[in-house]
Amino acid sequence: MLDLYVEGRSALHRLGPGWKILGLAFSGTVLFAVDHVWLSILWLAISLTLYAVAGLPLWRAWRQIRPALWLFALIFVVQVLLHSWQLGLLVIIRFAVLLLLAGLLTLTTRSSDMIDGLEAGMRPLHRLGVRTESISLAISLTFRFIPVLTSVVHEVREAQSARGLERSVFAIAIPSIIRTLRMSEEISDAIDARGF
Amino acid sequence: MIEIQNVSLTLDDNPILHEVTLTLTEKRIAIVGSNGSGKSSFVRLLNGLRTPSEGRVLVDGYDTQTEGRKVRRRVGFVFQNPDNQIVFPIVEEDVAFGLKNLGVPVAEREQMVDEVLNRYGLLSKRKQPSHTLSGGQKQLLAIAGVLVMKPAYVVLDEPTTLLDLRNKLRVSQAIDGLDQTAIMVTHDLDLVENFDRVIVFDQGRIIADDVPNKALRRYVEAMLDA
Amino acid sequence: MATKDIVLIALFAALVAALGVVPNITLPMAGGVPITAQSMGVMLAGALLGAKRGGLAIVLFLVLVAVGLPLLSGGRGGAGVFFGASGGFLFGFPVGAFVIGYLFDRHIGQPSFLQGLIYVLIGGIGVVYVFGVPWLATVAEITLWQALVGSVAFLPGDLIKAVLTILIAREVRKAMPNL
Repeated sequence: MLDLYVEGRSALHRLGPGWKILGLAFSGTVLFAVDHVWLSILWLAISLTLYAVAGLPLWRAWRQIRPALWLFALIFVVQVLLHSWQLGLLVIIRFAVLLLLAGLLTLTTRSSDMIDGLEAGMRPLHRLGVRTESISLAISLTFRFIPVLTSVVHEVREAQSARGLERSVFAIAIPSIIRTLRMSEEISDAIDARGF
Repeated sequence: MIEIQNVSLTLDDNPILHEVTLTLTEKRIAIVGSNGSGKSSFVRLLNGLRTPSEGRVLVDGYDTQTEGRKVRRRVGFVFQNPDNQIVFPIVEEDVAFGLKNLGVPVAEREQMVDEVLNRYGLLSKRKQPSHTLSGGQKQLLAIAGVLVMKPAYVVLDEPTTLLDLRNKLRVSQAIDGLDQTAIMVTHDLDLVENFDRVIVFDQGRIIADDVPNKALRRYVEAMLDA
Repeated sequence: MATKDIVLIALFAALVAALGVVPNITLPMAGGVPITAQSMGVMLAGALLGAKRGGLAIVLFLVLVAVGLPLLSGGRGGAGVFFGASGGFLFGFPVGAFVIGYLFDRHIGQPSFLQGLIYVLIGGIGVVYVFGVPWLATVAEITLWQALVGSVAFLPGDLIKAVLTILIAREVRKAMPNL
């Protein structure tokens, strides 16, 4: 399935997902623990440098922040009115840095590698009696059935548009849900039949 | 050998099968009957997906009720809609699923997956997303995923119903080529002409059990009478 | 956990994703407020699948979003969405679905429309806001009260979703009584 990964060979692309997640968590902790505007500006500079290291153009970075612009504006206004413009700036930059770094993680890591990492991380749970194969199966099933259910939803939508109901939440959701739930019976039979 | 001994089945208070007794030994057996005749429920008894309300089903002597795992290793099951049977996003992952469940080591698994994909002309699709296959290829993939486990019996529940003519012929060819005992539910009567035995269900009972032309004649008569 | 439960969890997660790629489902009676079918997934998961399965279905969906699949409506996804202003709401979703499911699970017999609505409001709005509002307050350095006031804009849409959820869940249950 198409993920948001951008092909590349940089050091960041090759770094294990666990390290990148750790880096993201570390950045978040430091930025919130040390409420200082210069530190957040430093971190912003580091983040943008990392984009360059990953070979990602600036517009990629901009895209991570763009959806939050209205909120930035709102926060800034509120902070200026209530406290100071410096605090407003700190909040916005810190926010932007987190969005940039989280985006960087997504842009430089294949979702399949993230899932492999996730499954490896969960393996110790086996000793606690969690059946980790069930979790892996659930993840695979979801990947498998997103395209199937997308066509189900499209079919339902087409059928309803013949009746002028293609924009009705009811007319789309109810048949789609019922068809999905009906499928589950045979799918679980099929899984059991293959010895799961 | 599969023995069905005096089996009745009731689901949610609805009687589905009445006192069915059969011994299945032939290599090609077809199960026919109108919708709701109980034939789909019947074949689900053969690998323990359903257990009888009364009576017993024995596969090579193993009771489906108490030895479900052993029975499922012997009896593979192919469903009508391959979309509900393919459970992994990538072709090779799906074929390997059953082998993983059997505990087959990785290296051996790879080889077996290769073999079966090659046999059904899917080797070039090995790394492809399963949802990009055509309807016929999906059904072949579903069959491959079952056969790779080397079951002694293969039960097929209307495997050609959702397919167009060309794909129907391809799948039917694949079924003809099976080394295993095949028990197939179908509405495509022309596919069963060279089968060894045809069993006709009607309202949860067997109304004919014979060589194809005789059993099918009886089936058509019964449908005309009704 | 039975195979059937694993399948239901995965299928519902996939359905929530599928509902996100269908554009243009808006609700005429809400004055053109775009209510995506996807955003009802949380409430529906709890109301239809119960506490454990409903909560896990939403966890699974969000995990796939987090690892970089653009499954949120509008093609959004990736780790960044969890750091946005609404990140707390996303974390609250599975808990909300769990609570809705829990309330439905322990109800003996079919809940009435009003009872069901109360359950969905508690889990789908109450619980979700308990996560979302403090998060917003933290990242924006505002007080809880200010964050709450800021979130009120979403309340009418959420109320409509709750009503729709009950109506849809009742129809689905009619068709599938032993879910």
